[in-house]
Amino acid sequence: MCDSCGCGDSDLVPVTVHERILANNERAARHNREHFHDHGVTVINLMGSPGSGKTAVLEATARSLSGTSSLGVLVGDLATDNDARRVRAAGIVAEAITTGSACHLDADMVHKGLHRLPWRQLDVLFIENVGNLVCPAVYDLGQDANVVALSVTEGEDKPLKYPTMFRKADLVLLTKVDLLPVLKDISVARIEENLSMVMPRPAMIAVSATTGEGIDAWVQWLSALRQDRRQAATVVRSGH
Amino acid sequence: MHEYSIVQAMFDQIEALARERHALSVKRVCVRVGQAAGLDVSLFKTAYDTFRVHTICEDAPMEVDEVAERWSCPNGHGDIQPGRRLTCETCGRPARLASGDEIVLERVELEVR
Repeated sequence: MCDSCGCGDSDLVPVTVHERILANNERAARHNREHFHDHGVTVINLMGSPGSGKTAVLEATARSLSGTSSLGVLVGDLATDNDARRVRAAGIVAEAITTGSACHLDADMVHKGLHRLPWRQLDVLFIENVGNLVCPAVYDLGQDANVVALSVTEGEDKPLKYPTMFRKADLVLLTKVDLLPVLKDISVARIEENLSMVMPRPAMIAVSATTGEGIDAWVQWLSALRQDRRQAATVVRSGH
Repeated sequence: MHEYSIVQAMFDQIEALARERHALSVKRVCVRVGQAAGLDVSLFKTAYDTFRVHTICEDAPMEVDEVAERWSCPNGHGDIQPGRRLTCETCGRPARLASGDEIVLERVELEVR
């Protein structure tokens, strides 16, 4: 109300908001994270370009951990549930989240996807994000760690071209390394050097889903992460 | 192109605020975006201008304040320039992102009666 004369004209009022625009997604991600921690499920947000080998890594992981760990996958794809069917065939419970036109998963989509998966019984839940090196990096899903699959055929400078994605990675899986003998110009050392420009704690494991190279190291990394999360949960419960 | 999703999240935030304050309309929107936030500012502006039609932000131009990406040593040995290894040359500790990863709705100007 115009206070001076009571004419009923409107006023312009500046309002300081100072709130993160993705605050709602961050709340949903915290909610997911609490669920995961309460049930002792370690969660990996697996990201990478289309065709970087995310699904093949999951298939190789399933073969390696068959009978010892209970694994599950939520697969985000614009269309089709082909990847979910592939990992199911490898013996992992999997459900697809078909995003339609959305180029990334958000915490709410993951929450809804969980309703279709017996996730409470899992040791490790992989969220295979939509193939994209830009958008998924911006959305927290409630994961324990971000893992980015980067294939040797994508070029050495991918980390420099997509710095936000690699900065947010806890681990980079350099995939398809069985192809290195025919990729004469690709240097793994240069890829590592480029990663160190965008990752404050560069961590990379070279793997091949075809030959099985590096899969043991990757599985050990997962196991160490799981142990680390269990210890953290124990410390929180005992109040230290 | 997640810029549209970000714009949509911002409309939801602003609509809630406008309802709470019984605002008639929104006249200005100010946003702070970090250079390392993973958001293309020109696409973000285009998405905003395209989708604000028929929303409460229809008459609200958006100002974007861009924040530089800045890395520093967690032990206080100063800044580390982007484009170099993200470790401190003095102590070897991993660098910390001091600023530049924010996407924040800073201020709005509301029309109220």
